[in-house]
Amino acid sequence: MSDATLSFDEAMEQFDPVLGFEVHVELNTKTKMFSSAPNAFGDDPNTNVNEVDLGMPGVLPVVNKAAVESSIKIGLALNCEIAESCRFARKNYFYPDTPKNFQTSQYDEPIAHNGWIDIELEDGEVFRVEIERAHMEEDAGKLTHLGGATGRIQGADYSLVDYNRAGVPLVEIVTKPIVGAGRRAPELARAYVAAIREIVKNLGVSDARMERGNVRCDANVSLMPKGATKFGIRSETKNVNSLRSVEHAVRFEIQRHAAVLAAGEKVTQETRHWHEDTRTTTSGRPKSDADDYRYFPEPDLVPIHASREWVESLRAQLPEPPAERRKRLKAAWGYSDPEFRDVVNAGVMDSIEETISAGASAAAARKWWMGEIVGRAKVADVDPAELGVSAAAIVELNGLVEGGKLNNKMAGQVLDGVIAGEGTPTQVMEARGLVLVSDDGPLLEAIDAALAAQPDVAEKIRGGKTQAVGAIVGGVMKATRGQADAGRVKELILERLGVEA
Amino acid sequence: MNELITSTAAQLAEKLSAKEVSSEEVAQAHLDRIGEVDGGERGVHAFLHVNSEEALAVAREVDAIRAAGGDDAAALHPLAGVPIAIKDLIVTVGQPTTAGSRILEGWMSPYDATVIKKIRAAKLPILGKTNLDEFAMGSSTEHSAFGPTRNPWDLDRIPGGSGGGSAAAVAAFEAPLALGTDTGGSIRQPGAVTGTVGVKPTYGAVSRYGAIAMASSLDQIGPVSRSVLDAALLQELIGGHDPFDSTSLTDPFDTLVAAARNGSVEGLRIGVVKELGGEGYQAGVEARFRDAVELLRGAGAQVVEVSCPNFKYALGAYYLIMPSEVSSNLAKFDGVRYGLRVLPKDGPLTIERVMGATRAAGFGDEAKRRIILGTYALSAGYYDAYYGSAQKVRTLIQRDFDAAFAQADVLISPTAPTTAFKLGEKLDDPLAMYLNDVATIPANLAGVPGLSLPGGLADEDGLPVGIQLLAPAREDARLYRVGAALESLLEAQWGGPLLAKAPVLGGVK
Repeated sequence: MSDATLSFDEAMEQFDPVLGFEVHVELNTKTKMFSSAPNAFGDDPNTNVNEVDLGMPGVLPVVNKAAVESSIKIGLALNCEIAESCRFARKNYFYPDTPKNFQTSQYDEPIAHNGWIDIELEDGEVFRVEIERAHMEEDAGKLTHLGGATGRIQGADYSLVDYNRAGVPLVEIVTKPIVGAGRRAPELARAYVAAIREIVKNLGVSDARMERGNVRCDANVSLMPKGATKFGIRSETKNVNSLRSVEHAVRFEIQRHAAVLAAGEKVTQETRHWHEDTRTTTSGRPKSDADDYRYFPEPDLVPIHASREWVESLRAQLPEPPAERRKRLKAAWGYSDPEFRDVVNAGVMDSIEETISAGASAAAARKWWMGEIVGRAKVADVDPAELGVSAAAIVELNGLVEGGKLNNKMAGQVLDGVIAGEGTPTQVMEARGLVLVSDDGPLLEAIDAALAAQPDVAEKIRGGKTQAVGAIVGGVMKATRGQADAGRVKELILERLGVEA
Repeated sequence: MNELITSTAAQLAEKLSAKEVSSEEVAQAHLDRIGEVDGGERGVHAFLHVNSEEALAVAREVDAIRAAGGDDAAALHPLAGVPIAIKDLIVTVGQPTTAGSRILEGWMSPYDATVIKKIRAAKLPILGKTNLDEFAMGSSTEHSAFGPTRNPWDLDRIPGGSGGGSAAAVAAFEAPLALGTDTGGSIRQPGAVTGTVGVKPTYGAVSRYGAIAMASSLDQIGPVSRSVLDAALLQELIGGHDPFDSTSLTDPFDTLVAAARNGSVEGLRIGVVKELGGEGYQAGVEARFRDAVELLRGAGAQVVEVSCPNFKYALGAYYLIMPSEVSSNLAKFDGVRYGLRVLPKDGPLTIERVMGATRAAGFGDEAKRRIILGTYALSAGYYDAYYGSAQKVRTLIQRDFDAAFAQADVLISPTAPTTAFKLGEKLDDPLAMYLNDVATIPANLAGVPGLSLPGGLADEDGLPVGIQLLAPAREDARLYRVGAALESLLEAQWGGPLLAKAPVLGGVK
């Protein structure tokens, strides 16, 4: 059973979308939120657990100070106010991924609230997204339902529980309703989640790998008739866990809501499951604001006091925000908008920055990374930085070219050697016998041979068509197997033919 | 009776360090006594599990260290080799921990409670685990899933609760020391009705790590003994800051034993709480209470009357806050990870139905009653009226204590309104049962320490009456100083400890 949809354009003609996001960020602290068990990904099931994580009788939680620090940093990076005193609460519900059958979370007293971030879309348009709150909580264990058709608990024969993730520190970032994005809503959704991911990664507080669930997004969507101010009924699409999915899920929900509303029906307030394969959502469970989790203050923990001195010392440790850093680097390097965007999209901004501080010019750094290394990385299917070319190697290689010891073609071979681990550029150059022929004697011989081979071209050049010189240069380069300085060759040809360049 | 079992812990400690007796002899004497009086149709039934082998092994180890002499012997804790019984709400490696519930029957804890680690480090042989009302919910130990404990003073009567097992074990000379937990009076009220000493320390003075939580904001582990000094020795051993308990205080609490050795009331202001007496209090209880107050006055204390008008709301607030926390704390017992798992008799095997069947079969009536009460009190729409109001009452009670302690150094009241009632008498009347804790609950709500000690026997039934002393938070030492003074005044009157008047069990003199 698939839901009816309107086309995106039709939906946009009639409705304004309102978005809201709950993004869960897993912190990369050494230990868990409330226990000393390791916070690590990918280990054998139920190995990173102790009696606290398993909810054994008699255990008590102890707050991880590093997690509180990370949470404050996230709050500060999102321009939030940090509460001087905040508390944990218990969210009570029975489900086997939660060993205590309650989740220890913050409820009415989050550590951070009332913030904002500016989200820049690809074309440079900026949306300000307001942050309602960022609060601390613990992750649940991971359930694997086996034997059923859907992989969900309903219909499964049995389920396996891995409590390694139970108790991993989370920060949940909740936006205020986002209005006014219009047809850019899907794009904004993607850019918002990308910005959160980038911020927590830049802070060093999360590994921020969406494919591992370090950053998980629940997307709320509602529509209201164009020009209206009263929000429509929302759906909440859970666990949309890639940037592409966030964009598609928001787009799908807009189209689905539009079809429901256009048919004169009411949208059901519910959670939705996202299906990457079909790029659609299906109905989850009904959700009402009256879901009763019987929250009450966690009596096993005392309130957290974040002294202003502590908060300010953490603020002083914050790295430069990614958006500001990009703005600064773009201006300093003098790249054009498309040039800089390509650098960012290729993921080599950090590498270029390093290469420039190692001594290369901005233009040279871009030439090597964008012109040479990115292409090779694509072929090898790895990130450019993973090829292992150091900034120092690029500076050295660039020096060899600018000093006339290598031409560009040879430099490419040297780069291959560096990537293959054959040594520094100079070592590779020597080992591979790549030496630029600069002695005019052998070059003149080759030039004469090339001119003799293509007399008609030689005639054209003599006649003033100097752009035809390329064909002769090509012949010379071929004869010298590329080991000639093409610029010098061109000069010598023109000289030989008595033509002024 | 064998002097090894009638001696106090302090006396045993002296005999052990003087090598007059061996730890093994002491442990064996207590194990023999347990064998003699605890089992059978008319047994005390204080123990759910007897830990003979390990207790004897620890005792022998202490004997070996003493025999070898040197630094290791000198470093022994004063209570090393003195046996102890543990309320079965506190988790122990190597022995089952049931919390008095079917739902945990057979469960073995993979870790030791912090207090158990300290007891093991000090080398007190652990005799076993004592009976209690299921998850410490009750005032009679009749709510244990494993049958009630009997009061050594009258085997047809209740030993109090929830820590009836620990109190009865100490009263029946099965153990010189025991650990209890006190959420609304579960150490003090059993102490009162069995003629023993029980202390609820200041909230946070003793780590709760490893005590199976009933109501986290009220629970506190404390000592059970036959003398005020013994209680002080035990509290100093088990107390102190614990990084595993976020609510644990950093205060040292290291002057308790000194206070108990220097009992005095000269010049102290003793406050009689007007509201803890009168209607509902048995005549014999009130008579013994008045005697105790007069003894203190005679010893130089200044007796003043104080009023705590909000105490009348304490029971009501307690029966909202406690069940609320219970409903959440007991949610983990669901058959998924440990303990009992019951499959539904028919119908589909879903997780909800397995959890439901397990909890239906595993919890007794009182536990269910409190889980339902608490679930209701925390529900959206009721939270403010119930849990919220109860927390306000809690603040008012704390203010009452503040005002009372401005007028008096310690407060005094009967521990329980009545002496031990008959087994079964109040089992079908939860409200009557709850009223037994009316005098002890305020201390838990305010987090202040309370001590109960024997005040004599009620004229009408010849059963023990308990006197409760209360001090401001962190002033536990004050309780021990006044408690020790009152104890020696009373024992001087009686010509020895009150328990010497108890009927002799087991037919051996």
